[in-house]
Amino acid sequence: MSDEKKPDKQGLSRRGFLKASGISLSVPLVLNYRMVKAAGAEVKVLGPGKAPIQLTINSKPFTAEVEPRVTLLEALRNDLDLTGAKRVCDRATCGACTVIMDGKPVYSCSVLAIEAQGKKITTVEGLMQGERLHPVQQAFVDNDAQQCGYCTPGFVVACKAFLDKNPNPTPEEVKRGLGGNLCRCGTYVGVRAAVLQASRGRKGGQRG
Amino acid sequence: MRGFEYASPTTKEQAVSLLGSSDDDAMALAGGTDLLSLMKDDIVAPRRLVNLKDVAELRGIRLLPDGSLRIGALVTVQELLDNAIVKRGYASLIHAADGITSPQIRAMGTVGGDLCQRPRCWYYRAGFGLLAKDKDGAALVPEGDNRYHAILGNTGPAYFVNPSSLAPALIALGAKLHIFGSGGQVEMNLENFFAAPTSANEKEYRLKPNEIVTEIIVPSAGGWKNATYEVRQKESLDWPLAAASVALKMSGKTIESARVVLGHVAPVPWRSGEAQAYLAGKTISEQVAETAGTLAVARASAMSHNGYKIQLARVAVKRAIMKAAQGGQR
Repeated sequence: MSDEKKPDKQGLSRRGFLKASGISLSVPLVLNYRMVKAAGAEVKVLGPGKAPIQLTINSKPFTAEVEPRVTLLEALRNDLDLTGAKRVCDRATCGACTVIMDGKPVYSCSVLAIEAQGKKITTVEGLMQGERLHPVQQAFVDNDAQQCGYCTPGFVVACKAFLDKNPNPTPEEVKRGLGGNLCRCGTYVGVRAAVLQASRGRKGGQRG
Repeated sequence: MRGFEYASPTTKEQAVSLLGSSDDDAMALAGGTDLLSLMKDDIVAPRRLVNLKDVAELRGIRLLPDGSLRIGALVTVQELLDNAIVKRGYASLIHAADGITSPQIRAMGTVGGDLCQRPRCWYYRAGFGLLAKDKDGAALVPEGDNRYHAILGNTGPAYFVNPSSLAPALIALGAKLHIFGSGGQVEMNLENFFAAPTSANEKEYRLKPNEIVTEIIVPSAGGWKNATYEVRQKESLDWPLAAASVALKMSGKTIESARVVLGHVAPVPWRSGEAQAYLAGKTISEQVAETAGTLAVARASAMSHNGYKIQLARVAVKRAIMKAAQGGQR
């Protein structure tokens, strides 16, 4: 391990600081990180307690205090009241938690909130344009592309990310391009039709 | 998931210095799709995560002066797939990366992470350890639910299969690995990176807790026709049941030299010396490819529920050879 201060030593010095400066102990003084010497540089080490984070979600700034172990999905749902992304497998194998990060679809269950700082994050809540559904959302409605609906927000976001990269996909490309999301109701036919409709930018998808 | 400290260094020296002498001290975080799942299941519980994604020197794909290809360990699977040089000369790598069918995994998962992901063995994932033993020390796999387990190199104590998608292709292409640790940089053949563990405290690859994979060097594939063929149960979100990557040095229709590496059949990516020796000097044909496949599984042995994998591996080798000979096109 690198050369670093023991936490108890740090605690002592904090008390020492409080005593010396005469600040009342009732004033919260949060030490969220410590600096650790690593290969000649000082590197910030956060946690395991809470640390403040800043996220940019749907073009708006958000702040929260989370432990490093909190995933982006947990921060969205539990701290930021953005419950569109769903927690299903929580193991990067179902897609219900999909969000777009810096233009790429990612499983938010497998991104730490702390490492999502500085990234542009889009969730399903950010897709509507005013009161109008995003074309992908509208296409899901038009093509009955959901049954129980639990996978739907993740699917909608994954479809948007796919279409951003492949604006004019073939049916085979659509099938492969949605390979990161599962629907236990089996509504894949509707979802594929929705993506094809959205890619054509008109009403009336094609099933099959 | 247990609590941990988090650091995000910007150089490989800092990263190595922040790691510790065991996985309990600290572990390196790349794409996170495997590590965070293992932590949620309490299979590993590091007190610190060292994020490698801010270490710029671990990124990027570029040609070296000698014509070989340098792939940074933090290159994502999608970046590999989108790279023009890889597309031009390394069909087997494209096939293998393309088999990772989830766009999210491709966007998050890294080449180094693919090599260092832990086995999918459900005994391991359920907390029975990598060697999957009961409390009396008896092996659980040979008579247990071993339908996805090893058919080669399965004399124990390891029965899992290596989960890497890219390793067979990279090994068949002659790739080397660069590892950085407190003692500086070490180069090794990727094939030697993998080793079946013989005791419970060993991993299936040779990377100390305070070392990181920094880059993969793939020799020029000029003159080597190469391809990967995967046999899979599901088209997405799962690992193949068996796979084979081959590289053939051809002179007209004659195979001068062959490299054949199987995936998902043994605790390590499995090079078939038998198939390679047989192929050298042969004129390519369906019959020759089939015989090579048969030889590749000549030493395979089934456990109670995985005999079907022997046939899958045989066919994977045959089809990979034919695919490579036809120019590696999909």
